[in-house]
Amino acid sequence: MGPLIVNDIISQNTNFLLAFLIGVGFGFVLEASGFSSSRKLAGVFYGYDTVVLKVFFTAAITGMLGLLFMSLFGWIDLNFIYVNPTYVTSTLVGGVIMGAGFIMGGFCPGTSFCAASIGKIDAMVFIGGLFIGVLIFTEGYPFWETMFNANYLGSPKLNEIFGWSQGFLTFIIILVALAMFWVGEWAEKKFPQEEY
Amino acid sequence: MQDRLHDIFINKNNNMNDIKKTKYINPYLGGVLLGLVLIVAYYVSGRGLGASGAIKSTTVTIVDKLAPEYTQKAVFYQDFKKTHPQPMKNWLVFEMLGVLVGGLISGAIAGRLKFKVEHSPKITSKRRLIFALMGGILFGYGSQLGRGCTSGSALSGMAVLSLGGFLSMAAIFGTAFALAYFFRKNWI
Repeated sequence: MGPLIVNDIISQNTNFLLAFLIGVGFGFVLEASGFSSSRKLAGVFYGYDTVVLKVFFTAAITGMLGLLFMSLFGWIDLNFIYVNPTYVTSTLVGGVIMGAGFIMGGFCPGTSFCAASIGKIDAMVFIGGLFIGVLIFTEGYPFWETMFNANYLGSPKLNEIFGWSQGFLTFIIILVALAMFWVGEWAEKKFPQEEY
Repeated sequence: MQDRLHDIFINKNNNMNDIKKTKYINPYLGGVLLGLVLIVAYYVSGRGLGASGAIKSTTVTIVDKLAPEYTQKAVFYQDFKKTHPQPMKNWLVFEMLGVLVGGLISGAIAGRLKFKVEHSPKITSKRRLIFALMGGILFGYGSQLGRGCTSGSALSGMAVLSLGGFLSMAAIFGTAFALAYFFRKNWI
């Protein structure tokens, strides 16, 4: 039963080897979907190319459904998977800063590595920026330590907040995603798309 | 007859455009494949995908090498080294090395390997690079404050239905949408 590393089915070194292979799959799919192009990525914010919306939400609902089914079949114990903790203040402030970085830089960290791997110089410069940004955070840590740890809620799941089951929340998110895909397809018809 | 020839000519052109457009895989197929990679990560390692954590590990390692006396005193580095005795022997570091290889393989197969600065024809390469640097700095800082970026916090967080994952997604994409108007010259 998964997760394999938690149940000592694989060694730590095997885990690292598999991490590398999972990364190969991650990078391959990102590049093949067009995430190595900043103009394609930024398109979602102007409606001329909504590939980000489609890939991101299809991946999220595939992941949610896959984990639920695997749990149902007894293949994975969801109690042993990492659920991101919720620190409301730092998540929102950090997210706003990342959003500004996204529209200015045209990449997020994962996509910038993927784009740099095929020779995009703007992605390499973006990665240089990432290192500077991380360094600013680690160097100035005492200044934002309080904000970093403020409003900690533990690791709640969204369905628990509504009092829903995980399956019902997933079903609602699938409906929301389908509505967004429809908007995305509509926007791509409405706004002209260039070739790049 | 001439009209018919014209039609054939135009259609042929359209077909050629279609071929050019399908150089990337279908985005919904891409999404399913990405979701499957994410599930494998949870099944094998009990954790989701990520990116910015690898940059943090690398940054800490570089600073530690350059100024070991300083990192012995600074709070952040001490805390980090307590929980990560060997920062480069880290799941995300191996995963991100894989991303570089996977991207390279896909780019090589599709014939997209080329050194270039990609930008809208309306702006210069220099302007694109300045904004890429500023965007990178903001994203790097924000990813540390927000405990993860689009992959580690938003995508993986949403897949496990974490409240933080949904907040992160809303804040990142909401802000980028809200600011899109002010940076439109760079993209459209």
